[in-house]
Amino acid sequence: MLDKMTDQLGFHGNALLLRAERQRAIASNIANADTPGYVARDVNFAQAMHEATGSSTSTGAARLASGGAGAAGATDPRHIPLPASTTGIGPRSTLGYAVQSQPSLDNNTVDLDRERANFVDNAVRYEATLRFINGQSKTMLSAIQGQ
Amino acid sequence: MSMFSIFSVSGSAISAQSQRLNVVASNLANVDAVAGPDGQAYKARQVVFQTTPMGADSSAGVRVSAINETNTPGRRIHDPGHPSADAQGYVTHSNVNAVDEMVNMISASRSYQNNIEVMNTAKSLLLKTLQMGQ
Repeated sequence: MLDKMTDQLGFHGNALLLRAERQRAIASNIANADTPGYVARDVNFAQAMHEATGSSTSTGAARLASGGAGAAGATDPRHIPLPASTTGIGPRSTLGYAVQSQPSLDNNTVDLDRERANFVDNAVRYEATLRFINGQSKTMLSAIQGQ
Repeated sequence: MSMFSIFSVSGSAISAQSQRLNVVASNLANVDAVAGPDGQAYKARQVVFQTTPMGADSSAGVRVSAINETNTPGRRIHDPGHPSADAQGYVTHSNVNAVDEMVNMISASRSYQNNIEVMNTAKSLLLKTLQMGQ
């Protein structure tokens, strides 16, 4: 019964971890905005969330543990799967390369305006997820206390 | 807590940008320097940024890998009365381009501000995470 109660919390917990992961990737991009040759990275949140929630079933958990959801990110079954990430959630394969909008001479692909917008957007969504968690835990607590 | 590495990433960027600002300051301070007793005028310096991995997976910080001297010839100004003038009456000044340095300074300042903002946002998110469930 308890796992049903905390199931929804687990979903938002995964979302929170992925948001933190994306926040970190964007922070790296902003830090390297002036580094020649740096290639901007970004987390494909939809895909990462899909993989993370798929892992809540038993087969998915084994799949995620065995290394980056099989051949995630591969477009052909013959592709060699990428190594699993060292962090528990958000396998490395969900970390993609941001598409360049304005090529620069020093091969840096960071678009600072876009990164800043992404950063703020991600921060707001992180906070929203936090509020979901807070609200749900409050709901659950009041249900337990029966007041 | 993967968000803690944001502080080391942005911190490395802030320190790199402040080093860049430092170099710009020394270039601008020496913009009118003439050749010293060794006959060599001040040469403008430029920092070289390089991505450096920061602890956790996929965190990319930045560091100053080298400080290079520009090798363009210094400005030569005809001033025979100057004590540092050479046989033809020319004084060699430093090769600093003040306009370039001002652009560099604005760019460094903006990047610095950006990274401070990133750190502030990360800090407020972490503080809110600490209050989760209260």
